[in-house]
Amino acid sequence: MDWKNEILLFFTNEGMNRRMVLIGSILLGCASGIIGTFALLRRQSLLGDAMAHAALPGVCLMFLITGLKDPFLFLIGACISGFTGALCVIGITRYSRLKNDTAIGLVLSVFFGVGIVLLTYIQQSGAGNQAGLNTFLFGKAASLLQEDVRVMVTMCGLIIFFIVLFYKEFKILSFDPNFGASLGFSIKFLDVFLTSLVVLTVMVGLQAVGVVLMVAMIIIPPAAARQWTEKLERMIIISAFIGALSGALGAILSTLIIKMPTGPVMVLVAAFFLGLSLFFAPNRGLLFSWYRRWSQKRKTRIENILKAIYKVGENSQNYERFIPLNEIKGYFSAPLWLLRLRLRILHLTALVEYHPQEVRLTSVGFEQAKNTVRKHRLWEAYLSNAMDIPHDHVHRDAEEVEHIFSPELTSRLEEYLDSPEHDPHGKSIPNVNGNNCNS
Amino acid sequence: MKKENHNQVALEVHDLTVAYHTRPVLWNIDFEIPPGKLVAIVGPNGAGKSTLLKSILGLLPLSSGWVKIFDNPYRKVRQKVGYVPQRGSVDWDFPTTAIDVVCMGRYGKIGWFRRPKKEDWEAAEKFLAQVEMEKFAHRQISQLSGGQQQRVFLARALAQEADIYFMDEPFAGVDAVTEKAIVRLLEELREQKKTVIVVHHDLQTVKEYFDWILLLNMRLIANGPTEEVYNEDNLRKTYGGRLAILSQAADEVAKGRL
Repeated sequence: MDWKNEILLFFTNEGMNRRMVLIGSILLGCASGIIGTFALLRRQSLLGDAMAHAALPGVCLMFLITGLKDPFLFLIGACISGFTGALCVIGITRYSRLKNDTAIGLVLSVFFGVGIVLLTYIQQSGAGNQAGLNTFLFGKAASLLQEDVRVMVTMCGLIIFFIVLFYKEFKILSFDPNFGASLGFSIKFLDVFLTSLVVLTVMVGLQAVGVVLMVAMIIIPPAAARQWTEKLERMIIISAFIGALSGALGAILSTLIIKMPTGPVMVLVAAFFLGLSLFFAPNRGLLFSWYRRWSQKRKTRIENILKAIYKVGENSQNYERFIPLNEIKGYFSAPLWLLRLRLRILHLTALVEYHPQEVRLTSVGFEQAKNTVRKHRLWEAYLSNAMDIPHDHVHRDAEEVEHIFSPELTSRLEEYLDSPEHDPHGKSIPNVNGNNCNS
Repeated sequence: MKKENHNQVALEVHDLTVAYHTRPVLWNIDFEIPPGKLVAIVGPNGAGKSTLLKSILGLLPLSSGWVKIFDNPYRKVRQKVGYVPQRGSVDWDFPTTAIDVVCMGRYGKIGWFRRPKKEDWEAAEKFLAQVEMEKFAHRQISQLSGGQQQRVFLARALAQEADIYFMDEPFAGVDAVTEKAIVRLLEELREQKKTVIVVHHDLQTVKEYFDWILLLNMRLIANGPTEEVYNEDNLRKTYGGRLAILSQAADEVAKGRL
């Protein structure tokens, strides 16, 4: 198998270069995941995108001026034009009436346009060995040379070092800069410094990921990480991990598939993790909130059945007798077979005793039904006594809250209303001590 | 020597003028506040109350004038100053917990690069308990109610263990429980002889809660003990239409400077 050999190559002597590429990609993913966390929290992600695009003319100009393909020179050229782009964004926002997002869009597209013009010019002029410049568009990790990787490793190492060193300062800068300033931290310095680190990360990643998609590496991993945690430290670690994994898989996959640029592959891998996080993360994940909604619905359905049985019992003042299904089916819009199925399930969970044609509440089911009715009628009483809402307006509200209110709120309501015996419709309100039941 | 100064004046603001871009917001503000007072800064919307607080704390550039706290420029006495910014000024969905926010109050004492130590976390816990929030120490801050968030901010300022506190609208949009907790806290601070300066909105309660009032509407209207300053005449000057002229003047100055 061909791909097996390809992968094995990463671990043999001949694969030295591949290993370097892999290490570079992992470190890059790691650094962009870390720095991206701060960029995301400070809403600077799009500024990073503008600066990545703005770097392209700098790279081209550097090549035109020196005629060399030195990664370090490229980095310098990229940084200069990237920073110029950032200054333009700040300047446009401050001195014109254009808003920040407009300024970002302007700088991004104009600089990128200039870059593409220069790139095309270089290719058509056939100046020396120009082929490598193309990789700056969509990135090619496999094209990285040892020197490229060495620059990347140094830069990523520096970035991670500074984040660890300034962790506390960057946290307060991101959360509450005014308070930080009042404590005596130089917020202007920290702001410029952290923004520079964002720029630097973007620039270091250009050759591997490309100007077009580099920003995804600082947006997607932290966005995915945010789903899993409520703590900054953990968010940074998870984000770094997802970034590193995307970097590694992106680099490996793009070398396996011939002529596939690295940037898009890395982004797709990262997006896959983002998808997983959006669905499966606890609390913030979609699946979790679906489950929560579903179990609330289920609770509502169960309590409505128990309540119906309770009410029939209440009408005849006998909660003990078996009630024929005919007497409760009027309470539901669902077909009879479904009602039977649900009753059978309630039977299994010991909330009711159900025989084919008749049903009654068990003591557990009775308590739950009583509680539901109690919440319903207390709320009706509260709305009409304390809020002066007409009697005929309170029922629908109570239908909803009877499945939601906590025991604590319920007893507070009862206390506030001074343990009322009847709701506005004259029905008796069951209380916890069970005065109203004959069991 | 220092002690004596403490006894005389906690905060001195001299001929302070502040502008946002070109528009003047505060004109020639001049006042002194003695230590140990609960002070309310009162005035209508746009009067420059928050601006005054921020410029005292060096968060805004001054067009002219100077500020002294305990007879020193602010940067020399930072450790003695506590600050509660407006609750709406931060993103409460930030991934952090209540206790972590309170611990930020220690950062000034901890200094650059060093991490909070065990005693800092213990202090944070203690101050959270002082605002009755110890049960919520490890809650994510977006899961707190508005009033609870405000109390977290207050605990953070307490963690600064300062001598003078500046609070920007701590009573804005809080529930009755929190309002009571804040009032109790202010009284505790007064008993400890701390100076507390509070931007306050509610004219109904200002007389009850504070013993010193500073009335502000772009200019200083009055500054002094509540019983002397809180009268109809001063309130009319603060909230009355006479100041429309001042606001128009600011507009025209702004245009003139463009």
